[in-house]
Amino acid sequence: MTRETEVVTSVASGAWSCPLPLRDHERIVTGHGGGGRLSQELIEHLFRPAFGGDVDDPSHDAAVLSLPTGGGRLAFSTDSYVVTPVIFPGGSIGDLAVNGTVNDIAMTGAVPLVLSTAFVLEEGLELATLGRIAEDMGRAAIAAEVQLVTGDTKVVEARDRGGGLTITTAGFGVVPEGVELGPRCVRPGDQVLLSGPIGQHGMAIMSLREGLEFETELRTDSAPLTGLVQTMLATAPGGGVRALRDATRGGFAAVLCELAEAGDAGIEYVERDVPVPGDVAAACGFLGLDPTHVANEGKLVAVVAPEVADEVLAAMRSHPHGREAVRVGEVVEDHRGIVVARTGIGARRVVDLPLGEQLPRIC
Amino acid sequence: MKYLDEFNDPELARQQFEDIERIVTRPWALMEVCGGQTHSIVRNGIDQLLPEQVRLIHGPGCPVCVTPLETIDKALAIAARDDTIFCSFGDMLRVPGSHHDLFQIRSNGGDVRVVYSPLDAVRIAADNPDKEVVFFGIGFETTAPANAMTVVEAERRGLTNFSMLVSHVLVPPAIAAIASSPDTQVNAYLAAGHVNVVMGTAEYEPLVERFRVPIVVTGFEPLDVLEGIRRALLQLEEGRAEVENAYPRAVQAGGNPAAQAVLADVFEVCDRPWRGIGVIPASGWRLSPRYGRFDAERRFEVQDLHVEESPSCRSGEVLQGLIKPNECEQFGTTCTPRKPLGATMVSSEGACAAYYQYRRLDVPEKVRT
Repeated sequence: MTRETEVVTSVASGAWSCPLPLRDHERIVTGHGGGGRLSQELIEHLFRPAFGGDVDDPSHDAAVLSLPTGGGRLAFSTDSYVVTPVIFPGGSIGDLAVNGTVNDIAMTGAVPLVLSTAFVLEEGLELATLGRIAEDMGRAAIAAEVQLVTGDTKVVEARDRGGGLTITTAGFGVVPEGVELGPRCVRPGDQVLLSGPIGQHGMAIMSLREGLEFETELRTDSAPLTGLVQTMLATAPGGGVRALRDATRGGFAAVLCELAEAGDAGIEYVERDVPVPGDVAAACGFLGLDPTHVANEGKLVAVVAPEVADEVLAAMRSHPHGREAVRVGEVVEDHRGIVVARTGIGARRVVDLPLGEQLPRIC
Repeated sequence: MKYLDEFNDPELARQQFEDIERIVTRPWALMEVCGGQTHSIVRNGIDQLLPEQVRLIHGPGCPVCVTPLETIDKALAIAARDDTIFCSFGDMLRVPGSHHDLFQIRSNGGDVRVVYSPLDAVRIAADNPDKEVVFFGIGFETTAPANAMTVVEAERRGLTNFSMLVSHVLVPPAIAAIASSPDTQVNAYLAAGHVNVVMGTAEYEPLVERFRVPIVVTGFEPLDVLEGIRRALLQLEEGRAEVENAYPRAVQAGGNPAAQAVLADVFEVCDRPWRGIGVIPASGWRLSPRYGRFDAERRFEVQDLHVEESPSCRSGEVLQGLIKPNECEQFGTTCTPRKPLGATMVSSEGACAAYYQYRRLDVPEKVRT
């Protein structure tokens, strides 16, 4: 077994008390794709055993591979993008497909270089829409300094009303020498930084959902984070930056939970220090959603050594994608594997992964 | 953010806690009726910061939790039909019936849709004339006006393919039932503010007189809840038992007369079983004869239901405030949000789910996942 496997197994014994994995569902339900517990269990109990023991830490969004010739290390990642509607305020599925995979690679400390892209198009999709999405991808690739080098297109029969599409991108980047990031590097006393206000992407999408249309100025925060990450690494060379995660599906809270579990570390953060834009807070309050569980597409969480925290934070604020970066919490000795929040009125509560997708409540 | 930040202010909260500390001279137990309040209390840790003498008992006010298993099994049977589009609030999808939940119906090919506004279900019916469209109309008085408007609107549009599976429950009879119980430990009630937005406060006066208990209409943000608690304690310490409105920015004594008129037209009071508790007389609403043809139970003869409640689930005692969720042997072991034995572990307003989500450090190791 690899070192990564051991780490995960030791967490799993505490995290998983059921001897009969996946017994609750005979078929895939929506929650299996929600980025919460059910997704985690699917990876842990179905894919991982079937794929064999050499899979890199599956809680990572990208794998870091040593080249056989000793010629450095590559970060490799892939992701599929499904979103309704495909065009939304501030961007489209095309922006997500580029920035999402770029960011997964960037969180290993790598500089992404190339992407492949595969389209599964439904009958009925308007060519004008596809054209707009392709242009967005081209623009996003230039902004992220990656090349779209190969691809594939398939067409499937329309489901529901048709006209949708799925985009899968994969890509790799080069990990600079000496860069070693990951939950295993996290130590008590480390500081938790957040690159900006949360919840914008998820609520921008939610505002357009059928039957939920509400008026808002919210736009997606989709952005490539390579530049921000490299700026941070340059400020604190030599391991000062311990771990990075982009807070996409499952939101800020899910990222902290994954870091805590995978690093067997206790994490504490202060709720009031987590910036939530006013319109995100209002929409979440109205729908009964927790903004810390809402998706972002251009925000990262960093765990950094205490002695470099101020400098890294200042460096983040000097970068366009980290201007509103804040310190939100720290890694503690207690409650290993568990995230605790200080509430607005000064009490403490446990923060957990959502089970599946967040559901708007009844009243 | 106006009306949100102010009611979460740490300095004002500290003052409230100090006031409460000063008021209290002996042990009291308060019940917050509404699951939304339970959630706010546990999420923000309000109970952790109250004086030891003040105990909060979590009440039955979670509509998802008290919807009878039989009704859920009916919903599942209707939702599984090929000719049917079943519309529900999102919360209900994960609630376990005897054998499965609505998510599983959907993954088996059933057309189950989450609606955010009940009127969306009517629009879906208009858009799909060849399908039966059924809306799962559940909730307390809070959701009742919007649910009632679906049948008014369906009638106005002349839709014959729309119906509603109704499981509506009422707060005052539930308070009366708990207050009548010889086992009750509750000294005062925090009423569910959003119910009073619709219904006003008049129907609580007879309860105060009959049971000599303070009832304080209370909101949901941390400072709202604290103000409700403070006023209830003040009444108890001064020996008063009155209906008091601690949520005046939303609640008027007369409630919302337009909504009440719709409710009187669309619904009639009936006896209603509450999951885990039993039948409470005159504690629910069903469609009035005028709108009876929109009743899904009448339209779909659902038979051969074998209702099986988990024998080890103690949610009834939780809902009546007799035990705390973490005092149940199943809590966090055989019963978790991933594999719930009862609805209180599922709903975002369920007391068991709130404890599981936010309180795992306070309970034994076994509960941590």
